[in-house]
Amino acid sequence: MSEGFAKKVANTQVWKAIFRHGPPNNARNRAAVVAGNVFLHLHPIKLKKSGVQLGYTWCMGGLTFFIFLSLTITGVLLMFYYRPTAEYAFTDIIGLREHVPLGIMRELHRWGAHLMVITVWIHMFRVFMTGSYKPPREFNWGVGVILLVLTMLLSFTGYLLPWDQLAIWAITVGSNMAKATPFMGNGGPGAMLARIGDFVMVSDKNDVRFQLLGGRFVGEAALLRFYILHCVFIPLVVAVLIAIHFWRVRKDGGISAPL
Amino acid sequence: MIKLAINFLSAPLYSFTAFCILFVLAMKRMDIVGTKKFGMGLLIFTLVIFGWMVSDPVFFSVISLPDNIPIIILNALVFWSTWFSLYKGHQNDLRIAAGEPPIEGTPENREKVWAWPNLVYTELFCIIACTIFLIVWAIFFKAPLEEPANPTWAPNPAKAPWYFLGLQEMLVYFDPWMAGVVLPVLIIVGLIAIPFIDINPKGNGYYTFAERKYAIAGFTFGWLALWIFLIQIGTFLRGPNWTFYGPFEFWDSHKVVAENNVNLSEFFWIKGLNVALPKNIFVREIMGIILTGVYLVAVPFYVTKRWGQDMLSRMGGIRYYLLVFLVLGMMSLPIKMYLRWFFFLKYIVAMPEFELNL
Repeated sequence: MSEGFAKKVANTQVWKAIFRHGPPNNARNRAAVVAGNVFLHLHPIKLKKSGVQLGYTWCMGGLTFFIFLSLTITGVLLMFYYRPTAEYAFTDIIGLREHVPLGIMRELHRWGAHLMVITVWIHMFRVFMTGSYKPPREFNWGVGVILLVLTMLLSFTGYLLPWDQLAIWAITVGSNMAKATPFMGNGGPGAMLARIGDFVMVSDKNDVRFQLLGGRFVGEAALLRFYILHCVFIPLVVAVLIAIHFWRVRKDGGISAPL
Repeated sequence: MIKLAINFLSAPLYSFTAFCILFVLAMKRMDIVGTKKFGMGLLIFTLVIFGWMVSDPVFFSVISLPDNIPIIILNALVFWSTWFSLYKGHQNDLRIAAGEPPIEGTPENREKVWAWPNLVYTELFCIIACTIFLIVWAIFFKAPLEEPANPTWAPNPAKAPWYFLGLQEMLVYFDPWMAGVVLPVLIIVGLIAIPFIDINPKGNGYYTFAERKYAIAGFTFGWLALWIFLIQIGTFLRGPNWTFYGPFEFWDSHKVVAENNVNLSEFFWIKGLNVALPKNIFVREIMGIILTGVYLVAVPFYVTKRWGQDMLSRMGGIRYYLLVFLVLGMMSLPIKMYLRWFFFLKYIVAMPEFELNL
């Protein structure tokens, strides 16, 4: 009965219009379902058995990507209710907490962000332990390292947005490091050599920390900068690098296996 | 009594030393570490100790601080992933020693399978498990929110997000330009350089330990001892004024710690030669500059001449010296830590005139 029903559904014009092939229960359709679907075609049609075993891959890279997607969705939802100004930022977060019944979007976003940092670290550890950075995957390992750093920067820039004590002081501590950049930070080694007479070339009004914060301390300009970095700039860069990362996984021979 | 002993022994000097010794022992005795019995035993031991520690109200108040829950999850995952990968590596090592291929290379596992349903369903399972986990976490733990931002009142301690606390902990031993800029850049460059330095063709695509002992030992030492371990200290054992507090020690902001760290130049000129510090800063810091030069140039030169010839000719000059430089950069951290603990050494080279303190 149910089998007959499934067959009937698969024979409707609507089903055929969407999927263009029957249910994936034979070799031809299993190939078609992966090759003909824009999301599934990230996968090869067939792959070595060792590469699909959870005990080998731990699925940490895949989960990192999934968490990235869910952070994008929860993040967009949060953006509807959040204004990145010193006046409104904190009260908007309070509003999210007090006025949304059963609201867990902020929780999902924050815990998801922490979890993504963790999964990306563990993913790197797995890739190292299976020697999967070895030729021909050297380049993709490098892309992965950049993605790992960007993941932490995404989390770091988002840390400021609630605009509470935890946020501004964590960012103050973190961004104070930029002040110490050699030659480019006001308090870094070599910066005081860059002066002509009384004119100081690297001051706290133009050094890298100033560029990062848009000011000499973590203020409203920093909030706007971090908001745009967090919501637009870094996610765009990450999206492009993820595309390269996945593309190269396929081009470099798929999930690693003994040579 | 036991708690006092643990407070005392968890000071960075003892706990870091113990961690390093245990790490070396673990790397030497993979035949013990890489077994299920060891993994189970260590897991039960850790859970019992952790459960006992959580029952202490002071320790509980620290681990339940906002944003400390992810570190518990991180620890569980690091613990599991480290043991599990070493266990799988050991299993493969036994197979390889017996003349068989690694488990990932058996004919059965080399067979190709359909991505649908094998891979797609596995991913679906992981996604659902992860979603449930996140939703449960989000329902039971509210995202932290403190007082509104107040630029005129700094909380004490002011901590960076937990994933940067390893770097903040390095600030104890290095100036910000090293801990916050140079060492992180070295970490990133070093990680990207790994595939180009490690020319060992073995262990590509399967777990193993014996075939790439030094690569795994070097990487996991940096990962566990210099990154994860420092995050633990920075998170759980650093209280007001970044002072060390044992796990059962109340964070009393009036705790006084004697800070009488001295620079190498003061050691050399005042304590050693019993004269005042020279006016010329380069003369004043001559010992530190020489020592840094010895560390960066003479040590690698001597080590290469004595033990490294074979490796140098195998790897080629660029690879070899890049590796040497990265290892020296990585080891500068534990070296500086021990110099601080044993000799209260503040800076090897101290040129506050140029903000250049090493």
